[in-house]
Amino acid sequence: MIMKNPKVEFCGYSGYRHLLFYLARRSVPHPSENHINIRIQMYDNLSSLDCLLTALSNLDDLCLSIGEAYKTSLTQDEYEKWDEKS
Amino acid sequence: MSPTAVASSSHLPESAYDPRRHVGVHAELVSDVASTDYPGHYPGEDHTWNLRQFNEARRLCVLLVSFRKTEGSVQKLQVKVHRLSQRSIEFDMVGVDASVANAFRRILIAEVPTIAIEHVYVWNNTSVVHDEVLAHRIGLVPLNVDPDLQEFRTTTGYHSTPNDRNTVVFKLNVVCERNTKAAKGGPNQYINEYVKSGDLVWEPQGEQRSIFEVDPAPTNKEIVLAKLRPGQEVEMELHAIKGVGKEHAKWSPVATASYRLHPLIVLNPAKPISRHLAHQFAGCFSPGVVKVSSEGEISIDERNMRKDSVSREVLRHSEFDGCVELKRIRDWFIFNIESEGPYTPERLFPESIKVMRSKIASIRKAAEALLAGTDEEAASADGDVEMGAA
Repeated sequence: MIMKNPKVEFCGYSGYRHLLFYLARRSVPHPSENHINIRIQMYDNLSSLDCLLTALSNLDDLCLSIGEAYKTSLTQDEYEKWDEKS
Repeated sequence: MSPTAVASSSHLPESAYDPRRHVGVHAELVSDVASTDYPGHYPGEDHTWNLRQFNEARRLCVLLVSFRKTEGSVQKLQVKVHRLSQRSIEFDMVGVDASVANAFRRILIAEVPTIAIEHVYVWNNTSVVHDEVLAHRIGLVPLNVDPDLQEFRTTTGYHSTPNDRNTVVFKLNVVCERNTKAAKGGPNQYINEYVKSGDLVWEPQGEQRSIFEVDPAPTNKEIVLAKLRPGQEVEMELHAIKGVGKEHAKWSPVATASYRLHPLIVLNPAKPISRHLAHQFAGCFSPGVVKVSSEGEISIDERNMRKDSVSREVLRHSEFDGCVELKRIRDWFIFNIESEGPYTPERLFPESIKVMRSKIASIRKAAEALLAGTDEEAASADGDVEMGAA
């Protein structure tokens, strides 16, 4: 299963305090196959696997936040409700 | 957490005018498309991901319009529903990256499961529509079966064969006859002239009668599947299974799901529009976006700016050169989701979030297994980790 976040540079959504990413690149070998190759390179001899795990958990938190914000807005905001004929 | 009405809700928040968030729209090109808020792009500023800052505005108040944006910090998340009907929903998502918004859009189209007819067993088809063509049309008919109540078919195990937990069975039986009571050449010559989607009849299997609250049926009963004449008959048994849009578009739960970026029209104060051109200027934009006062003063209605279609008509006229800049806000996504099938439109987006999170969880499990593998040096020869069947 492909992780549906093909961000060429991971830096936006994860990253340690002091800019410890060097490079992250991803490529899809063939669009019909569910494969992605990701390359992550770190400064300061840090573990790229840890970086991947942190990135995934940040992405998970992001999804949770979006879900909650959406639910709050749906229940509490005033929005236009209209009748759509089909 | 009750929403407090904010007096300035007729204006866009100040952060919307931050030039770093803008995509420039010019006559023949689009500039500044890529997002730049990641570490390293602006020296001295810290753009690392910070969940707390990301969530701050959300906890305060969802209707809050003017939130502070500190220099170099993460843009706050805001999700606001704008319109809702029985079939579609329009909502804003501000503060996420384009890749995330695109991911949700793609998941909505291709990976939220639905139930549609897959196997068609034809007993009798004497209509002019061939078996396979009719079967294809029947497969595209949207059903109102809640996918949570059914399981996927698998290659092995209990669900590899059809049973009442993974299949919904319909029967289609239509015979066309001549209407003996109608006048010759008048209307209503034939009985059952059309095979419509409303002719699909659900046959409960096993325990299905107690599981479904609403009887499974097509959402729209007026879809014409085939046309018949007297003596022609269609008799078939249809099996519907759970699938995803990736496999075939009939399993896509949305008519479509799309987003657009919020447009921004910025007037140049150094070059105001002359009075006699005011109405022509207003005509270049979608109705309601530009307000012309009685003296001919131009102003942009900020809350109506979202209705603009950014047709760039104003850039075609040389008399308006330099008077206005057209832009879009890079991380303000206006989603429009039209639901087709079992899900109510407000339920679709949370479903796509659920699918996204399950993908993250499966990758995370494999990555953690890899981490554990390297710790104990028990990985296979080339360090590969087998991910389980998705």
